[in-house]
Amino acid sequence: MEPLFPILILAIPLFMFLFLGLLGKYMSHKWAGILGTAGMGVTLILAYCTAFTYFFSGSPEFIDGTQRLQYVAFNVDWLQLYDQLVIRIGFLLDPISAMMLVVITTISFMVHLYSNGYMRDHHGVWEKGFQRFYAFLSLFSFSMLGLVVATNIFQMYIFWELVGASSYLLIGFYYTKPSAVSASKKAFIVTRFADLGFLIGILILSYYTGTFNFTDLTSVGVEGMTDVFKVDLSTAESIKDLKFTASAAPMFMGASVLTWALVLIFMGGMGKSAMMPLHIWLPDAMEGPTPVSALIHAATMVVAGVFLVARLFPLYLMEPTSLTIVTVVGAITAFYAAMVACVQVDIKRVLAFSTISQIAFMMVSLGVASPDFHEGLGYMASMFHLFTHAMFKALLFLGAGALIHAIGSNDYTDMHGLRKYMPVTHITFLIGCLAIAGIIPFSGFFSKDEILSSCLGNSTITYLWMSMVAGLTAFYMFRLYYLIFWWKEHKVHEGHHAPHDQPWTMTLPLVILAAVSCVAGFIPFGDFVTWNGEAYDFMAHFDWNVATVSLCIAVLGIGLATIMYRKENPWPQRMRQLLPGLWRWCYHRFYFDELYMFITHKIIFGCVSRPIAWFDRHIIDGTMDGMAYVTNKAAYAIRGLQSGKVQLYVWVYLIGALLLGVITAVCLI
Amino acid sequence: MDYSQFLAMKQEICLLVVFLLVFLNDIFMPKRVQAKIGVITCVLFGVYTLLCFFPQLMPDDAESAFSGMYETSPAIIAIKNILNVGVFIVLIQSLRWSSTDAQVIRRGEFYELLLLTLFGMYLMISARHFLLFIIGLETASLPLAAMVAFDKNRYESREAAVKYILTAVFSSAIFLMGISYVYALTGTLYFDQIADVFNYYGTDAILLSIALAFVIAGMGFKLSLVPFHLWTADVYQGAPTPVTSYLSVISKGSAAFAFLVILWQAFGTVYSQAWEWMLYALIILTITVGNLFAIRQHNLKRFLAFSSVSQAGYIMLGIVSGEAMGLAALMYYVLVYIFSNLAAFGVVGAIENATGKVSRDDYNGLYHTNPRLAFTMMLAMFSLAGIPPFAGFFSKFFIFTSAISAGSVALYVLVFIALINTIISLYYYLLVVKAMFIKPVDDNTVPLMQSSCSERVALWICVAGIIGLGIVSPVYDWLLQICGC
Repeated sequence: MEPLFPILILAIPLFMFLFLGLLGKYMSHKWAGILGTAGMGVTLILAYCTAFTYFFSGSPEFIDGTQRLQYVAFNVDWLQLYDQLVIRIGFLLDPISAMMLVVITTISFMVHLYSNGYMRDHHGVWEKGFQRFYAFLSLFSFSMLGLVVATNIFQMYIFWELVGASSYLLIGFYYTKPSAVSASKKAFIVTRFADLGFLIGILILSYYTGTFNFTDLTSVGVEGMTDVFKVDLSTAESIKDLKFTASAAPMFMGASVLTWALVLIFMGGMGKSAMMPLHIWLPDAMEGPTPVSALIHAATMVVAGVFLVARLFPLYLMEPTSLTIVTVVGAITAFYAAMVACVQVDIKRVLAFSTISQIAFMMVSLGVASPDFHEGLGYMASMFHLFTHAMFKALLFLGAGALIHAIGSNDYTDMHGLRKYMPVTHITFLIGCLAIAGIIPFSGFFSKDEILSSCLGNSTITYLWMSMVAGLTAFYMFRLYYLIFWWKEHKVHEGHHAPHDQPWTMTLPLVILAAVSCVAGFIPFGDFVTWNGEAYDFMAHFDWNVATVSLCIAVLGIGLATIMYRKENPWPQRMRQLLPGLWRWCYHRFYFDELYMFITHKIIFGCVSRPIAWFDRHIIDGTMDGMAYVTNKAAYAIRGLQSGKVQLYVWVYLIGALLLGVITAVCLI
Repeated sequence: MDYSQFLAMKQEICLLVVFLLVFLNDIFMPKRVQAKIGVITCVLFGVYTLLCFFPQLMPDDAESAFSGMYETSPAIIAIKNILNVGVFIVLIQSLRWSSTDAQVIRRGEFYELLLLTLFGMYLMISARHFLLFIIGLETASLPLAAMVAFDKNRYESREAAVKYILTAVFSSAIFLMGISYVYALTGTLYFDQIADVFNYYGTDAILLSIALAFVIAGMGFKLSLVPFHLWTADVYQGAPTPVTSYLSVISKGSAAFAFLVILWQAFGTVYSQAWEWMLYALIILTITVGNLFAIRQHNLKRFLAFSSVSQAGYIMLGIVSGEAMGLAALMYYVLVYIFSNLAAFGVVGAIENATGKVSRDDYNGLYHTNPRLAFTMMLAMFSLAGIPPFAGFFSKFFIFTSAISAGSVALYVLVFIALINTIISLYYYLLVVKAMFIKPVDDNTVPLMQSSCSERVALWICVAGIIGLGIVSPVYDWLLQICGC
């Protein structure tokens, strides 16, 4: 395969960013939108070609029998630290990166197209900074594509940060709105904090392994890596081996350094993927334009953490502790987010918490995956869910965007009974809800079922827990659906025209994504993405018992939602009064933001920052002021020496010379 | 006598040729050509400077001549080249001043004396025998007095010259006294033989320390080390600006190299016995006192005088760390110091030539009236203060590294004190920057003025040096290699 396509996949979005960013303001809004969309369209085609070639060409560089291989399209030396340790920039093609290429370019293209309609008001007036918006979208696409095709963990880190930066720019797109500004800051700071762990993890890992390359890190397999870690001094041939030897089974605070590295790297993933307790930025990030929420906070950026764990999965397999941590964090987050999603009023917030919950599903799935159980079913299920979730969640967000655009508010209290006014949005939104609830034959059913199956393979408790969360998912999604489209008749305010479906640029992406959500479940994912590249039969691992149970649970959740929310009735209010404490805690997201405020303001600022500031102001500055004072005084005191009298000069000279000699002589005696 | 020995002195001979051409031009050429003497000197000297950089002129190894009285080596040639660069800039800077009405009739002498003093400095650096060294020293010192007095119609200029010559004579006497003690102790004036005698026979420690104190005091005059520096401020202030910059950069640089050679080659074997602590004491005194005085100055020439006193202390740090590495750090430091200090003097001189203003208060808001001059001055101040990424940071860094490399606790303390002093120096360097950039324009501010073409060329060279040397790291590697590290 020629490296031309891979280079272009990265180069076109980057070029579009520079082009629109630098020259955008000299072109019309319309053309900026068209060019941005066209650029993304070309990238989409190239990415599809690349993924298609990778999966279906059967070329020996991509597949060996049934074993899919990692293929490096190009890899350029960028920074040579020492002989062995080189930072490279390259393009790695393997099942998950090929899949991610498809996901990212698809969603990104949809969002580009959609934004042409969304980013102007009903009178067709373009939003201020429309070109800038497209430039940022391109930057984001570039960074995300660079992240998934990274050949080494350092390149991944660079793009990881770029993703964070472009997300910051996009969340804060309405930079005159204080809430958007603080949301963008919050997102950036929280994820940056998490990235600190990621960076330390990278440093530990590369220090002990002497490499950044994913291929070196993972392809040796579990046995190979274990061997490497126990390598003997006598067999050490390269620096890489010596590094391991110098620290044979190195431990730190009761855990091996590998565990530490992996947990710290996972911390980075937790930040980007909004796992508890680092999830607090994601709901606020909804302040950005809705297409941005669909692109970044539903489909692509937030799954970066999942992708990261999947990328390093062979390493995680070596340390069961780290996988357990992934599972536990995921399970707690899934439940928590689902609880919170049940009571939110802002429809984007509901979707945000649902995203957190669904990503936690993926994490759990990775955490419970094991090669011993159905050939690593959990890994495949996680990637499968990532794929289907990206489609239907983007659909839901874009649908929500259409609603918000039509109504001009984020709260369902302003909506109600919209099904007659916006039929296309209604149907597609319903399909999205069915998919996420896990109703056969929509895509979410299949991927969620696989996840639950692999949970069952891990432990019954995990299975029951996640099934309960699945039920909650169905409940809150349909609660949202009914409250938007049913509940009671829509009241059209005087002087306003009735809400209606949006222009084709906005409905077309909805229809496409809805269609994908209907059929994506039938993709035989096991043929494409498995943890070791070995294809296997998808249906062989399909557990009909689990499927039936989960379907029942979903129907139960939907039924409950139907009873409670289909028509206006006092039950929701009564339920709320029945459990006021629980409701309040859920509504306030279990007071996580307040907890953070307490920790940062009271504990960190109060106990750490303030004393340090005091120390800086009084001790350090005081020392400096003291020095300045002494210096000034001394300068004043010795001014007499410089009297201008040459006789004195010569005297000083002579005495200086004599003193120098005499003192030295005296010291020598 | 083997006359081929003179071939070892290629640079000295070339310099003499330049001098003779300038001299003959000044005497015999028609008035029209004579009027161009400044430009002619610059061109001739520029060609000569460039020629010296050709590697063909460099000996691969150390060569000595005249039974070991004279020595040359790649490092020594590089030192002289560095001085040449500085002199070249000074020559360009002096063009405008030398064609003012007061100077125009005698400016030929200025250029001739300047070249002759440079010749003396060459001898100081190459000398390996105290007699030759004294000859060089005097050749380099006495004509300078005439140069200081060049503005003879100005009272300050004359006064400065008197102070200079008196102190110079006094310091020579002290120096000679020290040498005669050394002769009494060892019976020889060759550097290497002195070292040998100390090495094999030992010596009387008390006499030696007195002798060394006198030698160091004598050299301390040229370097203006505290407490032998008191002449500096008055002379720098009184002398014409090109002479001041010449004194502060070239004269000081050459003395530093010569000092290093004397101390290590002749007295290296008694380093720890006798002069180690003398040097430490002088360094601390020089840096600190120089800084303390600089803080209080408002006249920029005086201010730069004290700043250069303090800089001399940093230069001396290079001497501490021994021959090879210290020499490389010292060369680098002097090279950077040449560019930075000449940039500062260039700006001061340009403004003085145009408006006659030299006070810091006149520089208030200079950025608004003369942005480019203010910017150049800022670069010079930053470089002198040692702010990265400008060359001054790296030169300080290298000189501190080389000083620490010996690794004794005393050196750590010494470098620590030097570091504290860089903070103090930052304060007064930034005062100038603050005056130029932050303070508003007032009545005294230098108005928008036109600097001459030559001044601008000199400043451009300096700016290129300050920025370029900060970025181009191979220069230091090259110097290290030349010094044999």
